[in-house]
Amino acid sequence: MEIFALVKQVPDSVSEIRISSDPRRTEEAGIKFVMNPFDEFAVEEAIRIKERFVDARVTALCCGPERAVESIRMALAMGADRGLHAWDPAFQDQDGIATARVLAAALKGRAVDLILAGKHAIDDVNHTVPSALAEFLGLPQVNGVTRLELAADGKSATARRRIEGGEEIVDVLLPAVITCEKGINDPRYPSLPGLMKAKKKELERLTLAQLGLATSDVGLEGSPTRVTRLSPPPPRSQAKIIARPTLEESVAELVRLLQEEAKVL
Amino acid sequence: MPQFKGVDFYGLDGLLSDEERMVRDTVREWVDDRVLPVIGQHYREGTFPSELIPELSRLGAFGSNLRGYGCAGLGSVAYGLLMQELERGDSGLRSFVSVQGALAMYAMDAFGTDAQKERWLPPMARGEKLGCFGLTEPDFGSNPAGLATRARKTSQGYVIQGNKMWITSGSLADVAVVWAKIENDPGVEGASPDAIRGFLVEKGVPGFSAQDIHGKLSLRASVTSELLLDHCEVGEDALLPAARGLKAPLRCLNQARYGIAWGAVGAAMACYEEARQYAASRIQFGRPIGSFQLVQKKLAEMLTEITKAQLLVLRLAQLKDQGQARHPQISMAKMNNVETALGVARTARDILGAAGILDECQCFRHLCNLESVKTYEGTHDIHLLILGEEITGIPAFA
Ligand SMILES: Cc1cc2nc3c(=O)[nH]c(=O)nc-3n(C[C@H](O)[C@H](O)[C@H](O)COP(=O)(O)OP(=O)(O)OC[C@H]3O[C@@H](n4cnc5c(N)ncnc54)[C@H](O)[C@@H]3O)c2cc1C
Repeated sequence: MEIFALVKQVPDSVSEIRISSDPRRTEEAGIKFVMNPFDEFAVEEAIRIKERFVDARVTALCCGPERAVESIRMALAMGADRGLHAWDPAFQDQDGIATARVLAAALKGRAVDLILAGKHAIDDVNHTVPSALAEFLGLPQVNGVTRLELAADGKSATARRRIEGGEEIVDVLLPAVITCEKGINDPRYPSLPGLMKAKKKELERLTLAQLGLATSDVGLEGSPTRVTRLSPPPPRSQAKIIARPTLEESVAELVRLLQEEAKVL
Repeated sequence: MPQFKGVDFYGLDGLLSDEERMVRDTVREWVDDRVLPVIGQHYREGTFPSELIPELSRLGAFGSNLRGYGCAGLGSVAYGLLMQELERGDSGLRSFVSVQGALAMYAMDAFGTDAQKERWLPPMARGEKLGCFGLTEPDFGSNPAGLATRARKTSQGYVIQGNKMWITSGSLADVAVVWAKIENDPGVEGASPDAIRGFLVEKGVPGFSAQDIHGKLSLRASVTSELLLDHCEVGEDALLPAARGLKAPLRCLNQARYGIAWGAVGAAMACYEEARQYAASRIQFGRPIGSFQLVQKKLAEMLTEITKAQLLVLRLAQLKDQGQARHPQISMAKMNNVETALGVARTARDILGAAGILDECQCFRHLCNLESVKTYEGTHDIHLLILGEEITGIPAFA
C-alpha cells in the first residue's frame, strides 16, 4: 500500500510575520519554519496506517523551497519511509492550483493508494492544494476528517467529519485524498534515533524538467490567481482597565461603556 | 504554555547542523508541552514525574549519546542540547536522564561484558529498566577514593557490605551500579583506591534495599535515596570487569558533568527569559521596570553570562567529538556554567520581586535545584582544585 502524506513548511505560529519590501511577500529572515501543524496529523495518520498494514510504505511529499527539506526530514524522523521533494526556482510565487499541478506530476506513473494532507496550511489558509490535487488525479476527496478507518483489505475507508450540529460518516473508495482535521490523532514527537536516521532515508528530488512540466504550467504563469498585495492586520486596540473606587462603580462604568461605546448591550 | 524561543545572542544556531537543531527543537517543544505544565505541582508535592518516563523513552532520551542497543547515537552537541532543554524544564528531570544514561548505562557500556550490555542496555534505552549510580557514601563525598563499601570475593561471587548516600533514582532503580573495594583481591591493597570495582546490584537481591531521603528543599521532583547493602550476595556476573580503580567511576562522572554543563545553560535561559518578560510588563513608578537602568544592567549581565556559558559548552562539544576533551576542561565548564546559572536564577528571582518566590514562577525552583547541581558531581570548589592542580601541577585536595 502506497501512502503519501503532503507536507508543507510554514512559519511557526509564534513567529512575527512582517511584510517584505516587495508587498506581495513576507520577510523570511528571522522566521522559524516548521511543518504545517495540520500536516503533522496527516503524517501521524499515515504512520499509524503503516503500523497496521505491514506492506504499507509512507512517502512524505512536498513542493516547496530548499529549506522545506527540513519538514520532510521531520516526517522521516516521525516514521515516514522516504521523501519526495519537488522544487524548482520556476515555482516561485505560484498559487495552490499550480502547486497541486506540480504534486500531480510528481505522482504521475506511481502507485497511489491514499493521499493524506492537512485540512489547510496555517500560513495562507487557502484550502486549495489537496482538493485541486484530487481533481488533477481524478480521485475522490473527503475533507476535514476527524477519524479515518481503513477496511481490512485496504480498498476502502470510512471517514468521519464534523459538520454543523453533528457528524457525517462517509464511505470512500481508495485511492482517495483525505484531509485531516485537529482531533484525528495526537501526532508523535519524532524520536531522537529517528532524527539521526532521517538523513539516511531515501529523498528524491524533482525539478521542473524531471516532472515533465513546462514553465507555463507553474509559477505565476501557471497560477490562475495571484496575490497583489499583503497588508498587516489592523493594530489591536489597547485593553481598557476600569478601576473605580468601588466594585459597584466599576461595574456601572463597564455597563455604560458596553452600552454607549461598544454598543453591544 | 507559550513556546520558548531560545536565547541566542551570538547567533550560535548558525553553528548547529540541521539535525542538531531538529533535536533541540523537538525536545524544546516536548518540554513546553509536557514538562512545564506539570513540573510546578510535582515540585510542590515532592514527587517525581514518572508519567514522563514512557514519553522520554519514546523520544529516545535515555543513553542517547551511546551507539547500538537501540540508543540514538547523538553527537556531543545534539546530546548537550537535549540536556539543555531538559534542564530548562527542571534540573531534577535532567538529573534523572543523566543518571540513567551518562552514569548507569555509560558504566555498563564502557566497562561491562557483552552479556551485561545485552541484558541491560536495550531495556534501559527503552526506559523499561531504570538505573542508578552509587558512589557517594555518608562519610565519603568529595573524597570517593576513601570509600568504605567493601566487596569480598567468595566461591560463588561477591558479598557486598556498605551504605551509599544521596543516590539519585535509588529507590526507582531496577539496577544499581555500586562502587566498592574488593578487600581480598590478590595483589591489590584492599583499602586503596585501586581496589575500587563496579558491581551491578539488582533490585530485590537479599540484603539490598533503598530508602528515600526526605525533607529536601532542592531537586524536589527527583528521587534521592540511601542504598543499604547488608551482606548482599551477588554472582560473578555482577562485576563490571573492565572497571578497575577510582578512574572508572571518574570516567562516568566526566560524562555526566559534561551534560550538566549544558543543562545549567538551559536552567539559566529559562530564568533569564522569565525575568526579561516580567521586566517588560511589570509597571512601577508608571513605567515598565525594564526601563530602569539598574534592571537593564541585571538583564545585560545575565545575557552576557549565558552567552559565555553557551560558547564554553559548544567548544567543549567539538573537543569531545574529536576525543580531545580533557577532564579539567569538563570541570571548568561544569563549575562555571552551574555558577552562572545560579547567578542568573538569583537575579531573575530578584527582578520578579515578591512574585519570584512563588512556585508558579520558574526561577526560584531553578535556584533551589541548582544548589544541588552545584554540589553533586564534584562540588564547585572541588572543580576549582582540579583546575588548580592542572595549572600548578600540585594537588591541593588534602
Ligand atoms: C540531590 C543530590 C543527588 C545526588 N546524586 C548522587 C548520585 O546519584 N550518585 C552519587 O554517587 N552521589 C550523588 N550525590 C552526592 C554528591 O555527589 C555529593 O554530595 C558530593 O560529591 C559532595 O559530597 P558531600 O555532600 O559529602 O560534601 P563534602 O565532601 O562533605 O563537602 C562539603 C564541603 O566541603 C568542601 N570540601 C570538601 N573537600 C574539600 C577540599 N579538599 N578542599 C576544599 N573544600 C573541600 C566541599 O566543596 C563542600 O563545600 C548527590 C547529591 C545530591 C545533593
